[in-house]
Amino acid sequence: MAMKLNVNGKPVEVDVPADTPLLWVLREEVGLTGTKFGCGKALCGACTVHVDGAAKRSCVTAVGDVAELPIVTIEGLPEGDVLHPVQEAWIAENVPQCGYCQCGQIMSAVALLRTKPQPTDEDIDAYMSANLCRCGTYPRIRKAIHRAAEAIAAKAGGK
Amino acid sequence: MNKLIIVCLLLAVAAVYGQTPPDAAKIDAGKKAFLDVAKVLQSPRCMNCHPSGDAPLQTDASRPHLQNISRKSVAAGLACTTCHQTRNSEAIGIANGPPGAPKWGLPPAETPMIFQGRTPAALCAQLKDPEQNGHRTLAQILDHVAHDPLVGWGWAPGGHRTLPPLTRDKTVAALQTWIDSGGACPE
Repeated sequence: MAMKLNVNGKPVEVDVPADTPLLWVLREEVGLTGTKFGCGKALCGACTVHVDGAAKRSCVTAVGDVAELPIVTIEGLPEGDVLHPVQEAWIAENVPQCGYCQCGQIMSAVALLRTKPQPTDEDIDAYMSANLCRCGTYPRIRKAIHRAAEAIAAKAGGK
Repeated sequence: MNKLIIVCLLLAVAAVYGQTPPDAAKIDAGKKAFLDVAKVLQSPRCMNCHPSGDAPLQTDASRPHLQNISRKSVAAGLACTTCHQTRNSEAIGIANGPPGAPKWGLPPAETPMIFQGRTPAALCAQLKDPEQNGHRTLAQILDHVAHDPLVGWGWAPGGHRTLPPLTRDKTVAALQTWIDSGGACPE
């Protein structure tokens, strides 16, 4: 089934069954491999993307259900050559260890900061607990989210 | 002639507004029917989204949701629909993934409509208390059970999930009997 998607602000045409998981389409059809396959059952969060601005587990989302909505992957976060403040914070705090889950972690963190621009530790734990990290980088993830929140607030305040 | 018109008018108004109170038989039937409704409400398919705490429950064991999911997660912005789509994951070929139905989610924190750990009498009182049921009338509660797609998922959950003890039709009929009794609560 031919359908038009909007991925990272660009129109993309794919020809796949409507019930194909979005993750497969992004990786195999569109060629955006930043979004990772982890568990394939929405248990780990490695495949998190944004659909219409909200976090979504792409491994259990049928592409036909989101074809009309804007989709953003980790590749779509930077503005040109400028990384997103959350990506900058991840680098500054040396968050990744093996790195496999981190694209999903970053996508979730960006979505969290949209709803909670200044999250508490409890907010972070409550939101991010569905993104698993086998390396146990959770303390650094928390620090990076606080750092990103400050950076975004400073940018918005023109500091 | 005028008197006849007035009598007819009074009878018409009484027919529309002046419902007679339910008799003892209807009240007894309503109480009995609610015991059946309570069994449905406390089956895992209904109760798992109406927990006594803030964490939704999972499986027939009604254990707290994995990944430490709770109303705190939702309050922080993590919608249930991040993982739970509008249909079961099996529908798109993903075995043992998240169940799904339109508007998957918990009742609001202000009106959690707790089904877990309540006696039938307490469930009954909660169900008809506007302060606890989101200011729904009994007719609106009946409509919620009869037509809401997410509630309906409980009777067609897919996979190996057990079903409530009554069918949806029989649950609606039992609720109607309860409503006809004026919402009589079992002791």
